[in-house]
Amino acid sequence: MDLLYFTEQPMATYPADKGLEFGATALMFSNENFDPVSGSELYNNYIEQYKLAEEVGIDGIMLNEHHNAPFCMQAKANIFAAILAAITERVKIVMLGNPLPLSENPVRLAEELAMIDMISKGRLVSGIVRGGGQEQLAAGVNPAYNRERFEEAHEVLIRAWTETGPIRHEGKHYQHRVINPWAVPLQKPYPRIWVPGVISRETIVWAAQQRYPYVALNTSIEDTKKIWKVYDDVAAECGYEAGPENRGYLIQVHVSDNEEKAIENARQFRWMQGEFTGLAHPVWSTPSGYSSPSNRRAFVEFSAGLRQNPRGQTSFEQQMADMRIIAGTPDQVVAKLKIILEQTRPGILSLWGNDGAVSQEDSLTCIRLMGQEVFPAIREFAKEHDLKGPDEANAPVHLKYSTDLKTPAVAAE
Amino acid sequence: MPNDWNEATHSVAGTNVRVLEAGSGPPVVILHHDIGTLDRLPFYDALAAEHRVILPIHPGWGLNIERPEWMRSVRDIAAMYRMHLAAQGIQKAHLVGLGFGGWIAAEMATMAPTDSGKLVLVGAMGVQPTEGFILDMAIVGYLDYARAFFHDPAKFTQVYGEPTGDMLEGFDICREMCFRTAWKPYMFSQTLPNLLQSMTAETLVVWGEHDKVVPISSCERYMASLPNARKEIVKGSGHAVDMEKPDDLASLVNSFLNA
Repeated sequence: MDLLYFTEQPMATYPADKGLEFGATALMFSNENFDPVSGSELYNNYIEQYKLAEEVGIDGIMLNEHHNAPFCMQAKANIFAAILAAITERVKIVMLGNPLPLSENPVRLAEELAMIDMISKGRLVSGIVRGGGQEQLAAGVNPAYNRERFEEAHEVLIRAWTETGPIRHEGKHYQHRVINPWAVPLQKPYPRIWVPGVISRETIVWAAQQRYPYVALNTSIEDTKKIWKVYDDVAAECGYEAGPENRGYLIQVHVSDNEEKAIENARQFRWMQGEFTGLAHPVWSTPSGYSSPSNRRAFVEFSAGLRQNPRGQTSFEQQMADMRIIAGTPDQVVAKLKIILEQTRPGILSLWGNDGAVSQEDSLTCIRLMGQEVFPAIREFAKEHDLKGPDEANAPVHLKYSTDLKTPAVAAE
Repeated sequence: MPNDWNEATHSVAGTNVRVLEAGSGPPVVILHHDIGTLDRLPFYDALAAEHRVILPIHPGWGLNIERPEWMRSVRDIAAMYRMHLAAQGIQKAHLVGLGFGGWIAAEMATMAPTDSGKLVLVGAMGVQPTEGFILDMAIVGYLDYARAFFHDPAKFTQVYGEPTGDMLEGFDICREMCFRTAWKPYMFSQTLPNLLQSMTAETLVVWGEHDKVVPISSCERYMASLPNARKEIVKGSGHAVDMEKPDDLASLVNSFLNA
């Protein structure tokens, strides 16, 4: 099993009262509320956290990026990946991920990632995402072509990595008359690609069609099971049997040496009023054309106050009860994680350890306990239950490299 | 007196276009706003009382309308309508463009200089304002955007009624079509002002006094580009002069077209 540490790299030092007053903490919430002195300190705190994560035996560090918002300070995941490539020796550098549609030049992305893969001596996991709705607006990229751009940029990225240059790509959204990047990745055929997501069925189906692991982001046990049902069915249609090596799971977990403190710190997972991406105007987080047409009605009605948020909104207590947030001592955390692993059988587990205003000291304690107490117990459990990550399972990087494809099953009449 | 409206679907450039028609007399094509249109509006009836009004529903704009996946620009829409008029044998149609539809009308006029009747641009998008910006629909709610079309927000409810799921979904689909065709640069063409310099058709440029969607500097830009234009500012109106001051606009347009 791949066991990862993740933080959103939050900036809790921004003036929260200004966010409440403005009614949003993303996209249009003014960057006059950003403090670069605090930013400098926090970026360096996060580097210290990542170094400790490697020291205490965590397998990988998961990185992401967002824009125009205090909930995530990382505006370019490749920058932190490059730093980690140089300052760490052992951990996997797991990008979850690069928002492909935001890129006007996937060839340049291919070059950056190839450099990270070589500098890290082959430790890159090159996850890809569509980018949040607000990200499209922050980057000035057309949300109506988000999915088309995602799929086409992926095609360009893989061609740049795997085909002998110079080659040419003339597509719908990307036209590159010369693709011939000097630097190509160390890992062959190319660095593993994982695909994280929350609710878009299309993304689950797409990931399964590629045979890329899908990483469910903090979904409930029931929703996670539904995701695997969709993935497994598509896998069967494609002629392979999906297993733990295709399944990743990210969950908010805070570990401390005393339960009370753990719960107090875990409340910080709700620091942005409980929303994943902060207080957001619904039309920013779901711009027209960005979402699946099947969700259109729900989102437009929510945006006008005619119904509840389709993404759901539950209390801290409920999230604790549903085990979407876990907090406690290492033993308490391990016991709950085992229930999730037993029920959903992932081969990749990422713990989102610290959020909001959790102090650097408590964050480091959490990471230490994860590495030294939680993960060893989970690793044992994973072995007993045959929960293997993609490398352990020697899974193909992409469907086209499969050697085990069955004749596709005939759909039931 | 209400007119009898007929509707038909025409295949243009491989896409089905729904077209509403009423009235008789010289042909007038009305190009509707970016938020779609209601099928019936007092302004449409007032024009149909004196003309043959042709109201195409922009392809993809609205609930249960086939989406032209191929369409990528406002010029594509203009070319489609030109082809539709040619296929129907309609010559020298006057063009009345409302807001976003004003951009389509201006593009259509530049495409067929010898086949243009008169041109009416009302709060038209399509040229970059020299001061201010065209209101960015991407960062405002569906209802807030539509309400911004009116100087008096209460007028929105008078015209559209209380919000419904269908209304909102329709707005979202229209918005997606705007993104598909006019995302960048947002709601204007960088080349249209140059093309307009050789546009000889007689033009009436109308702007609502309180247009919060397209700045008045766009009106000035149109006036500076068009060699044969005059302007009218409608007092007490926002962007959607056709819905907020339908009688005032109809009387301006009818007398301009009939002159």
